[in-house]
Amino acid sequence: MSTLHTVNKSPFETQTLLSCLNHCREGDAVLLIEDGIYGGIEGSALSEIVKESAAGVSLYVLNEDVKARGIDPGRLLGEVSGVDYEGFVDLVTQHDRTQSWL
Amino acid sequence: MSDTKKFLYVNRKAPYGTIYALESLEVVLIGAAFEQDVALAFLDDGVFQLTKGQDTAGIGVKNFSPTFRALGDYDVNKLYVERESLEERGLTEDDLQEIMYEDEDDDWAEKPSIRIVSRAEMAEIMAEQDVILSF
Repeated sequence: MSTLHTVNKSPFETQTLLSCLNHCREGDAVLLIEDGIYGGIEGSALSEIVKESAAGVSLYVLNEDVKARGIDPGRLLGEVSGVDYEGFVDLVTQHDRTQSWL
Repeated sequence: MSDTKKFLYVNRKAPYGTIYALESLEVVLIGAAFEQDVALAFLDDGVFQLTKGQDTAGIGVKNFSPTFRALGDYDVNKLYVERESLEERGLTEDDLQEIMYEDEDDDWAEKPSIRIVSRAEMAEIMAEQDVILSF
C-alpha cells in the first residue's frame, strides 16, 4: 500500500513540499509538478533538507514543467527521476491513492 | 451499494485569508450526504481553523467555525489534529473549540470529535484512506 503525492508549489514560497515529505511513508512517491519542480534543484538552500526528508521516498519531476521553466535536467538532484505525462499516469496507477498537496 | 469508502479531507490553510477552509467545510457537508466514512485532518496552518473565540464581525466575512460543531449530526466525528502543527504555532488543545458528537453505539454518550495525533500517526491515517481531498 503506497501513496503518490503531488506538489505544485515552489518550496521557496511555501512549506508544502517539506510538510509533504514529513508525512510520507517508506515506499511512497513524490511527483513535483508546475512550480513544485524547483524543489528538485541541486545546490539550492533547500536541496539538503529535501534529500534528507525524502529518504525512503521516490522523487520525480514532470519533464514538461522542467523544460517549460528553462531548468536544465542536469541541474536536478541525482535522486530525482524525470517522467512525462504518460509516466505521470503510470505513477497514479502504480499507487493505491494520490494525494495532491496544495 | 454497501461499498463505503474512507474519505479524508486534509486542511492545511488558515480560515479567513483564503477561501480554501470554507470550501473544504462545504464539500465535507455535501459529501456527508453520501454516507461514506469521512474524516478530517488539520495540519500546518489548518489547525488555526479550530481555534475557539473566532469573531469575524469586524472583517465582514462569515464566521464558519460554529459549523464544525454541527458535523457530528452528519456522522462526521473524526477530526484529527496534528500535535506538532499546534506546537509549532504556540497552540495547545485548550486553544481549540470543543466539538462533541453523540455516539449511537454507546447510548448516545457525548464524546469529543477532536483527536490529537502525532505527525507519524497522521501519516498513518493518510495511508489508510481510499480517497484524499486536499484544501
